[in-house]
Amino acid sequence: MSVLELRDVTKEYRLRGEGLRGRTLRAVDGVSLVLEAGKTVALVGQSGSGKSTVAKILMQLERPTSGQVLLDGRPVGRRGRALREYRSAVQMVFQDPFASLNPFHTIAHHLERPLRLHGRARSAEDVEREVHHLLERVRLEPAAVVAQRKPHELSGGQRQRVAIARALAPQPSVLVADEPVSMLDVSIRLGVLNLLATLQRESDLGVLYITHDLATARHFSDEILVMLDGRVVERGPSDRVILDPQHEYTRLLLDASPNPEKRLAT
Amino acid sequence: MTTTATDPDVVARALPEGRGRRRRGLRLPSPKLGVGLAICGLIALFGLVGPLVVGDPDAVDNVGLAPPGGGYLLGTTQTGQDVFAQLAWATRGSLVIGLVVGLLAVGLAAVFGVIGAYAGGWVDEGFSLFSNVMLVIPGLPLIIVISSYVADKSIWLIALVLALTSWAGGARVLRGVTLSLRSRDYVSASRVSGERTWRILLVEILPNLVPLLASLFIFAVIGAILGEAGLAFIGLGASGSWTWGTMLFWAGNGLALRLGALWWFVPPGLMIALFGAGLAMINFAIDEIIDPKLRLQTRAARRRWRRPSDVGSSGGAGARA
Repeated sequence: MSVLELRDVTKEYRLRGEGLRGRTLRAVDGVSLVLEAGKTVALVGQSGSGKSTVAKILMQLERPTSGQVLLDGRPVGRRGRALREYRSAVQMVFQDPFASLNPFHTIAHHLERPLRLHGRARSAEDVEREVHHLLERVRLEPAAVVAQRKPHELSGGQRQRVAIARALAPQPSVLVADEPVSMLDVSIRLGVLNLLATLQRESDLGVLYITHDLATARHFSDEILVMLDGRVVERGPSDRVILDPQHEYTRLLLDASPNPEKRLAT
Repeated sequence: MTTTATDPDVVARALPEGRGRRRRGLRLPSPKLGVGLAICGLIALFGLVGPLVVGDPDAVDNVGLAPPGGGYLLGTTQTGQDVFAQLAWATRGSLVIGLVVGLLAVGLAAVFGVIGAYAGGWVDEGFSLFSNVMLVIPGLPLIIVISSYVADKSIWLIALVLALTSWAGGARVLRGVTLSLRSRDYVSASRVSGERTWRILLVEILPNLVPLLASLFIFAVIGAILGEAGLAFIGLGASGSWTWGTMLFWAGNGLALRLGALWWFVPPGLMIALFGAGLAMINFAIDEIIDPKLRLQTRAARRRWRRPSDVGSSGGAGARA
């Protein structure tokens, strides 16, 4: 049972070309959060609120200016074997399935690499069996056919399923999903989200669900964190945050999202 | 209209399954590739086999300035040398220079452009500073300077100097593209998967640079052949070896134009033009194969050309094609 913790993390970017010394932009400001196995935490906020930077810091794609990332209470290794072990435990689904798969390689390649890198399969037969198993887990069938396809031969929803399968390949215990459905057609969003929920239950994953959609955040997560300008302005159990928002920004977000019940009431 | 039902593109759109597969397997992706490969292949074959079957290109004969025919396929020069034999050896020489310069220039451009851009920071600063310095060193004047110091310029020295002065532009282009590729999500995704840096460079980024590398290579080859021809024409070519440029130099020297000896200067000039055209066609075709979007664009453009004429003469359109 892994616990991933972000402790008081701040990330500053230096902006060039603004005066002689440059200016700093504080993208993430003192954010702490805990991801436990089997729980889903939603990180909600508008564009530019620092949600994706949090994801990048969690994935060690960016170094925090200050603060720590802890896995099971231990600081995370930054390079070499320690980093690879960390990535066996924590994986990510990227926002844009049209950009997150290399157009040059087949679907099989995208799944084989993490399987081999994390030692989940060694012989060629093992790898092929695991690739097919992963594709079946994300309901992409017939697996043997899909595996030989190139990304441009698949639809957006299918690509995002491949991206999810890739994230599952190292058998992680924590999954970071950075707006996993925002680039998808509305009609297939629910399918992908339900798939994520099913996989979470099957593997007892801890999930960080980054989104700007409060409705799905409430439906799919246990806890909601609301971010504004790099800061967490409100946090709490999903229903409490939605039904009894404390911060005015949360109220603003709720008012902005369509709510058929409210219209009936007034 | 009934034509829409038989339009291959409409049918293909209706059946997305395996459509790319069938097309890719059966025929050349574009007629340009076929024509370009045929031209360059024939010229390369001539350069390979020609020198083995022709006589000595330097052998002097009594029949000077003989027009084609009568023992000499392409006639003779002022001093009675066989133009066809010279052309065979010149083709080999020019191709060797083109190939060597192309490989060296693309290799250097890839090392300085791609590695610098991916590493970032000081490495990038240093590499791009170096490329910028190399970019402004002009090739022809440099060779003129070198030629005044080196008495015996071999074909390899010329190739080396041409390569050293021609890679920098390519490095800058590659740097720009790599900078955009390294921030793509699929590169981040490979890092998240735990992929090593060199593997990300070679397996994830490099294949996406192939069309660019191919076109840089082809342009480097054309540039090298033209550059060498230019150098040779002003008398600074490789000493003691035949290229298309040295042929033109001797033709110019022997007043071929004034004497009306077309058979002397047209063949090497035509070879340069044909080879350049062939390479350019291959270049366009490579772009289309590797970037499917481009191919769709070409197809759409072609459809747009065809549409108006179809409307005008819908009856004869099928027969004409």
